[in-house]
Amino acid sequence: MIKNKSILFNRENLGDCLAIALNKNPQDILMEIRESNLKGRGGAGFPTGTKWMLAAASLANKKYVVCNADEGEPGTFKDRVLLSDFPDLVFEGMVISGYAIGAQKGFMYLRGEYSYLLKQLNDQLEKMLKEKRLGKNILGKGYDFEIEIRLGAGAYVCGEETALIESLEGHRGEARNRPPYPVNTGFMGNPTIVNNVETFVTAAIIMSRGGEWFTKLGTGKSKGHKLVSVSGDCEEPGVYEVPFGISINELLKMVKAKNAKAVQVGGASGYCACEGEFERQISFEDLSTGGSIMIFNQSRDMLHVLRNFMEFFVEESCGQCTPCRIGNKKLLEGVEKIEQGDCSLSYLRELIELGKTMKIASKCGLGQSSPTPFISIMTNFEQEIFSQR
Amino acid sequence: MIDTKQNAMTEEIEMLVGKYGRTRDALMPIIQNIQVNHGMVTDFAQQEVARMLDVHPVEVYGVVTFYSFLSETPKGRYIVRLCKTISCDMAGKEAVARAVERELGVKFGETTRDNKFSLEYINCMGMCDQGPSMLVNDLVFTKLTPHTVVDILNRFK
Amino acid sequence: MDKIVKDNRAPVSQKPLVMAKVDKDAIGATVGIEINGNPYKVMLGTTILEACRENNIHVPTLCYHEDLCLAGVCRVCVVEVEGMNTLQAACTFPIINKVKVRTTSEKVRKARRHVLDLMLSEHYGECYSCHRNGNCELQKLAKEYGVDSYKFGHIQERRYKIDRSSYAVVRDMDKCILCKRCVRTCIDLQEVGVLEAINRGDKTKITTFMDKPLAEVVCISCGQCINRCPTGALKANDPSDEIWNVIDDPSKHVVIQTAPSPRAAIGEEFGLPAGISMTKQMNRALKMIGFDKVFDTNFSADLTIMEEGTELLLRLKKKLVEGDNNVRLPQFTSCSPGWIKYIEHFYPEYLDYLSTCKSPQQMFGAVIKTFYANENKIDPANIVTVALMPCSAKKFECNRPEMNASGFKDVDYGLTTRELAQMIREAGLFLPDLPPDTFDEPFGEASGAGLIFGATGGVMEAALRTAYELVTGRVVPFENLDILPCRGFDGVKQASVKLENVKPEWSFLEGVDLNFMIAHGTANAKKVMEALVRGELSNIHFIEVMACPGGCLGGGGQPIPTSPEIRKKRAEAIYQEDAGLPVRKSHENPHITYIYEKFLTEGPCGHLSHKLLHTHYVKRGKYIG
Ligand SMILES: Cc1cc2nc3c(=O)[nH]c(=O)nc-3n(C[C@H](O)[C@H](O)[C@H](O)COP(=O)(O)O)c2cc1C
Ligand code: SF4
Ligand code: FES
Repeated sequence: MIKNKSILFNRENLGDCLAIALNKNPQDILMEIRESNLKGRGGAGFPTGTKWMLAAASLANKKYVVCNADEGEPGTFKDRVLLSDFPDLVFEGMVISGYAIGAQKGFMYLRGEYSYLLKQLNDQLEKMLKEKRLGKNILGKGYDFEIEIRLGAGAYVCGEETALIESLEGHRGEARNRPPYPVNTGFMGNPTIVNNVETFVTAAIIMSRGGEWFTKLGTGKSKGHKLVSVSGDCEEPGVYEVPFGISINELLKMVKAKNAKAVQVGGASGYCACEGEFERQISFEDLSTGGSIMIFNQSRDMLHVLRNFMEFFVEESCGQCTPCRIGNKKLLEGVEKIEQGDCSLSYLRELIELGKTMKIASKCGLGQSSPTPFISIMTNFEQEIFSQR
Repeated sequence: MIDTKQNAMTEEIEMLVGKYGRTRDALMPIIQNIQVNHGMVTDFAQQEVARMLDVHPVEVYGVVTFYSFLSETPKGRYIVRLCKTISCDMAGKEAVARAVERELGVKFGETTRDNKFSLEYINCMGMCDQGPSMLVNDLVFTKLTPHTVVDILNRFK
Repeated sequence: MDKIVKDNRAPVSQKPLVMAKVDKDAIGATVGIEINGNPYKVMLGTTILEACRENNIHVPTLCYHEDLCLAGVCRVCVVEVEGMNTLQAACTFPIINKVKVRTTSEKVRKARRHVLDLMLSEHYGECYSCHRNGNCELQKLAKEYGVDSYKFGHIQERRYKIDRSSYAVVRDMDKCILCKRCVRTCIDLQEVGVLEAINRGDKTKITTFMDKPLAEVVCISCGQCINRCPTGALKANDPSDEIWNVIDDPSKHVVIQTAPSPRAAIGEEFGLPAGISMTKQMNRALKMIGFDKVFDTNFSADLTIMEEGTELLLRLKKKLVEGDNNVRLPQFTSCSPGWIKYIEHFYPEYLDYLSTCKSPQQMFGAVIKTFYANENKIDPANIVTVALMPCSAKKFECNRPEMNASGFKDVDYGLTTRELAQMIREAGLFLPDLPPDTFDEPFGEASGAGLIFGATGGVMEAALRTAYELVTGRVVPFENLDILPCRGFDGVKQASVKLENVKPEWSFLEGVDLNFMIAHGTANAKKVMEALVRGELSNIHFIEVMACPGGCLGGGGQPIPTSPEIRKKRAEAIYQEDAGLPVRKSHENPHITYIYEKFLTEGPCGHLSHKLLHTHYVKRGKYIG
């Protein structure tokens, strides 16, 4: 359930998104999504219109649509809410994108932890098949599209789109080299678009409300509204719809958080803002998030928080590339050293430099973002952390 | 005895292959099914899957060991997976964990003698707003306290 | 060779982009790029690494290997590409537009150094106690980047037990840097599928199915993984200490036979470029080390040709004349022990297609401990036979329990080229400087036919030189005896020779096209076997298979590194030496005539031959219990 009053994720007067879309030609859908300036909701914020257009431009006769429902980023659960409350729009969004790029098949990669949602989702697919909103000759428009749900098996890295594709193909979830990108060489070597659950729902809604309406929401470079999952030290954790550009302070007020000293924006791999930064905004221009907001109050030991994050990355790294596999381990060992009180400042600096290398030299987004909490926490809370031991 | 067990496994895999196909991308669904049905993917099962999909057994092994929900060693009938990520941690996961350990008499990472329960930690399972949370097989339990978690476990005993 | 690399099973995105060879000047075929501020023109689709190498710009690599599909996992080859936020792995980045690349900017140098520091922190052990000291890619990079301390610590305790279970390959995973070259070698290049990465994160390691000892899985002992390991994590099972001991023991008569390939490659161990034959210097070194006799395995290669060629003709006769349907054709060669183990594991139902001939190594061992012992009045119990081989599977082969036709272990030790080079160094010798010396009699003179066994197609060429002449009484109709269709590095080659005007006793072969195939590398062998299973090879008579890419000269015991270019050079050295030899056909080797007159008096495939020179195989299957 979305906790506050929704404007975007609101069914009031929402037309039949799928029917509206299939009445247009694919080119117009692509243009509309592009003009809406919709950016991916999974974290990286790649323009959805561009992604779809690249896939549409390919002449390959097999193309795929993948809905990334792996939602593994710590502190993120908004896709779970969407899958429970808006499964119809998720799937319709997939059909619409398939229609726009010329794909015949879609996969939903649902994280294994959410397998209790599987039945409900399959029922939804069943229903759509019956109503001719899926399968052969959808809504009599002569377009065929099928959707298959595949379960993940407990690996965070499989949220990374190329690792996800590897996993779909039956391999270890190890990220691929990019380029080539999935829009050229994705599932089984065919053009594939991978989008977040929220991206698909938003795209479906744009079909009905229009791209122009959408651009009126949000900020200059971050159009529309975003779902955030709020957890940690606040009275009302949950999923909220917020306009891009909202400040951390406003957000804290909304969820009734008192005494906050740090806010982790974007999950374990995100940035840890300290009190002095609470006027910063949630947006692609400033602090971007795939949907995770975690709040820590004055009583929390930030080193403990950091340790929890680093343990997460050490376990969840796919382990193929050196900077991430060993780098995260070294950062975690650094945290342990600090805990024991024998990390020199020069070594801390060395570790921060290492973190910077990991950000640019790792093979995939996991290793490229995992040092972010280390660097931000050790920069923002260095004094506090060292004074406590 | 072993032979009939193996024959049954081979039949089961043949059925799964019939359903999901013989291409490599059928690998995950097939071994996920085996995992759910048997609590593990035995070395025999891995080799049978490999044979039928024409991949090397060691590749199946590589996949099984990559994913937390797949396992090549036996697990209890009920796998209790308690979230250990920060939001659940701050909500009191530690007390819940100790209560579970005391109740079942085993530590996390272990399986009870009667093979009923395996205790594992899991990384964020998307219930951060209702922590501490856990999965028992694919059922979700949230807002756990030492008392409620014990009640829940008793239901499975 | 290209073929093997392209047909691998790596994910599509990790295969090298293969661009059609087009005219470099055609419009759209090339693209102008900038590396370190200088303009270059490269073919569309080349990787940044290839572009750099073409233009002599050094970019360090570790996980990259010319023979293998791309991995992009070690990250030491990272470079800066203008307009991209992150560094890119040069080895995998395909150039499809005008990129501007920096290969040595501060960011790049710092990142590479960090990557190295990280690897070293987990790399157990010290360089001076490692067999790859001086020939280790990690060590070389540490030097290149001036590593003088362990910035992020250095692991002090072993994490893994060394796996010494295999006769052929020793695995020390504490030295592994997870470049996955061995995995790509085993799964993609050789398609044997023994090694793979398991677990994830910091628990990732390379291992076998269910983490079993190598001896218990389907490893064929080819040792190709060793040749491609950048560090000391993989090595052959080294018997040199024991060999020194028997050399030092005056009661032992220590005989060494040397295969054709080591001599064409051992120079590389002493810093010489690939492709320089060291036959004569090596003879000298072996004598100086203290071997009592130095023989040429080419002699028993000639013997193999006599036996195997005769076996083929007999099979043909049984099939064509007597209509015996139990005879299996095509006949497969059996001199590559890796190939033997491969077919025993993966195609156990097809063992009857193999020639029953032992490999030249084992034939030699059996002959030495019987015929030679007898003629020279030496108690075979006191003879130690060492086989210098380019091969790690030979170590497995000589330990097969059935290999004791002489009543003793026919071959006591298989020694690789690398290990001999080590012994030579230990003896204080510098091979290239040694004066030439000859082999010892009676097994010192051999034909060029035996010599070319070292290259893929060589056995076939040698067999044809003899069989054709046996059947027709004339020399094979190829200029200078060079049967070119047998040469070169295509994965699977096929050709035929027409038999015409045959001798009366072979009249049933009149007008027959003798069809043969040649495959090297087990991935190619697999293709041939699949064709056989499908029943597509009924018109083929003889198939040569070598387990290693390039044949024995690319064997798992040869000097490291290896590459298509290096293997080509070694092959050239072998063919060149063959061309210069006085005797180039097995049946014209005078010692062969002698042994059939004096010892194997019933001739090839006779009774005694069967006892000493032929063998049987084991249906191993691939189920791992
Ligand atoms: C380690 C890692 C984990 C990720 N996990 C998710 C995820 O759980 N869900 C998701 O939608 N995107 C995830 N992403 C982002 C995806 O790679 C990809 O950018 C996204 O699915 C694209 O969809 P979008 O453009 O709609 O955001 C992850 C990225 C990385 C590097
Ligand atoms: S950055 Fe980490 S998760 Fe990504 S490829 Fe490298 S090791 Fe795997
Ligand atoms: S050589 Fe390019 S990443 Fe290893």
